[in-house]
Amino acid sequence: MSGATGDALVRARKLTKRFGSFTAVDAVDFDVRPGESFGFLGPNGAGKTSTMRMIACASPVTDGELSVIDMNPQTQAREIKARLGVVPQTDNLDTELTVRENLEMYARYFDIPGSVARSRADELLEFVQLDERAKDQVETLSGGMKRRLTIARALINEPDLIIFDEPTTGLDPQARHLLWDRLYRLKQRGATLIITTHYMDEAEQLCDRLVVMDKARIAAEGSPRELIDRYSTKEVLELRFGDAERAGLDGRLEGLAQRVEVLPDRTLLYTDDGEKTLDEVHQRNIAVQSALVRRASLEDVFLSLTGRSLVE
Amino acid sequence: MSRTAQPPHRSLFFGFLQPFMFLTAMGLGIGGLLARTNPNAFGPAGYIGFLGPGLLGAMAMQTATFESSYPIMNKIMWGRNYEAILSTPLSTRNILLGELGWIGFRLMTVGTIFLAVLALFRVAQTPLALLSIPVIGLTGLGFSSWLIAFAARQRNDVGFSWVFRFVINPLFLFSGTFFPLAQMPQAVQVIAWFTPLFHGVELMRGLVLGHLDLATAPWHLAYLLVFFAVGLVLADRSLAKRLAN
Amino acid sequence: MRAWDVVWKARRLVERNIMVYRHQWIVILSGVAEPIFYLVGIGMGLGGLVQTVKLSDGRVISYTAYVAPALLATAAMNGAVFETIFNVFFKLNFAKTYDGILATPMGIGEIAIGEMLWALMRATLYAVSMLVLMVVLGLILSPWAILALPVTLFVAATFAATGLAGTAFLRTVQDFDIPMGLIVMPMFLFSGTFFPVSAYPTPIQLFMQATPLFHSISLIRGLTTGVVGGQQAVDFAYLLGFFSLMMVIAMRRMERKLIK
Repeated sequence: MSGATGDALVRARKLTKRFGSFTAVDAVDFDVRPGESFGFLGPNGAGKTSTMRMIACASPVTDGELSVIDMNPQTQAREIKARLGVVPQTDNLDTELTVRENLEMYARYFDIPGSVARSRADELLEFVQLDERAKDQVETLSGGMKRRLTIARALINEPDLIIFDEPTTGLDPQARHLLWDRLYRLKQRGATLIITTHYMDEAEQLCDRLVVMDKARIAAEGSPRELIDRYSTKEVLELRFGDAERAGLDGRLEGLAQRVEVLPDRTLLYTDDGEKTLDEVHQRNIAVQSALVRRASLEDVFLSLTGRSLVE
Repeated sequence: MSRTAQPPHRSLFFGFLQPFMFLTAMGLGIGGLLARTNPNAFGPAGYIGFLGPGLLGAMAMQTATFESSYPIMNKIMWGRNYEAILSTPLSTRNILLGELGWIGFRLMTVGTIFLAVLALFRVAQTPLALLSIPVIGLTGLGFSSWLIAFAARQRNDVGFSWVFRFVINPLFLFSGTFFPLAQMPQAVQVIAWFTPLFHGVELMRGLVLGHLDLATAPWHLAYLLVFFAVGLVLADRSLAKRLAN
Repeated sequence: MRAWDVVWKARRLVERNIMVYRHQWIVILSGVAEPIFYLVGIGMGLGGLVQTVKLSDGRVISYTAYVAPALLATAAMNGAVFETIFNVFFKLNFAKTYDGILATPMGIGEIAIGEMLWALMRATLYAVSMLVLMVVLGLILSPWAILALPVTLFVAATFAATGLAGTAFLRTVQDFDIPMGLIVMPMFLFSGTFFPVSAYPTPIQLFMQATPLFHSISLIRGLTTGVVGGQQAVDFAYLLGFFSLMMVIAMRRMERKLIK
């Protein structure tokens, strides 16, 4: 046991994952504290899932240090897994069992006695609002329902730490909001969550603290608010131009904002007062197809850190 | 319309290897035992002459059954290929005929290879044997049409285990493929007369060995034609009903 | 201690399979029909024609008594190979069922051994019903046959391990015809199942005697017909070695497939 991890539930130092010559995770450091909801934000292929799989003891660490609940994943995988809940990126429910059987059987893998398993299954089915589908085959569930069942399954052993890998990818907006609501309740109960996502709204909604990952490395760390304050202005003015208007722009936006980002479909002006900047745009007689003033988001943080947008 | 279940060179290879191994093992091995204990049981053609055409019929049934069970169910349910096809001007009937055409082609290809192996073992020695190729197609397609009809009515693949276990396997053993039906009790013989594989095998045996009985052959053929026709109607209806919603 | 832990925990996977088949137990039960069809068909059909076979110790026995133990061995092989190759492949590649299980304190060892235990439980059912039928038909010729049940289960375990080892090498469903067509089928035909291997020229005989099915059949046939001697000791030693080898390969391959 490496007792000196302080109060961190997960602690990584120079944590590295390589597949042959490809480096998926490149010497990252982070700490996840008990009771917090910690996020990994980044585009697909940034190394989030590889990091998750190392924490979940599903993938061996190539290099560096990792401790999970004060234990070493290399040597104490079984003990760690007994106290983890994992919601993987793609659902791997047992398609040969019913909804309820999925939960009861999963409990048995944790050596949870049958009677306890049954009562927990009842509670969890209610929690994820699947009690009416308990006897149905998994195949008949919608994507959102399968996701919720996977979450219920991850909670069956009353885990100290729950890992969500891209919890809402591929779900429709309604299913996403229902899922967020459930995660939010878990948070309120004091559960420790680790969430990976490439949706900045999800990260802002759910995470107390997060790291921004890009190209196998951690680009920044902090609470959503801190990151926005640090890497962006308060407001953003989004301008859209027609092709002719864009051609006539050259340099005319200069000096209007602290920073200007030109994206393929729109141009972002970073400023502390969006309305005022928009007035100045009009004063300069710049022809605009549409204009929008909004608060800065994590999307802007990512753009500022990497020069690319999060969802391409 | 259909894709091959396996690379063509591989399926040709196994098409050759399987009858070759079966005839070497069973034909020569059991033929050897018989030579000592019961040399006149099968007349001049020997046991291998009896077994060869029997296996040919069994192969037609098994190839057709396999091609018409899981692959068809896959295209109905899991892969949903048919759903995609039906959004084009093609109809369910086109799909059915396309599948059967493909299976028929496969049956006759594998059947031709099988005949070549039989010739190698000096079992098939008359040009009449070539006529068994359409009979292979007809026998196989009979099974195909019934199985497609069955597959179209299933919600999961459990039903196939039952069909294989209680229909295909017993037919394989008790249709005069490995041993003459005369070895069986009267009751079993009577049941066997009502099964399609028995009639297919009888026809093929007559054609391959060149001693076709013209008095019974039309009846065997008529049975196979009716079997296929009924299967076709059932498959057409079941498939149309299943893919309608 | 560790090894026992694994076997003990592996029972969870058996529990899972029982849960799956709880509503379809009749599918499993009906599997009893298969070896019985073969025994009746081959016994009555070919047995009536071939009549008798001479054993290595000079005794002449009925063909049905000769073939029955071989059918027992091949049924054990087929059941175990099918259960492991097809079902495990499906769960490994399509259903990803094992990925979910591996997120729990269950490990690869528990999964592999659990699947084997399950295959063995099914094999027990089939072997017992087959042996009962053999007793009824008077095909048991020696008291040694009392050992036929455990030996048949050991044969099933050997082929379950072989199937597990093989599954992890397969990539697509189309690859199935390679082990089935090139290994299982030839073994079925050429391992002294239906006739003594002495019917073949020496080089082919040597090749046949190298297969695990040959030794399985030789061992079980020895027990039911009462030919027990040096050959059977060799058969057992061979199977033990083969079983261990396959277990090692199965575990290694499963690990590589599941842990990335």
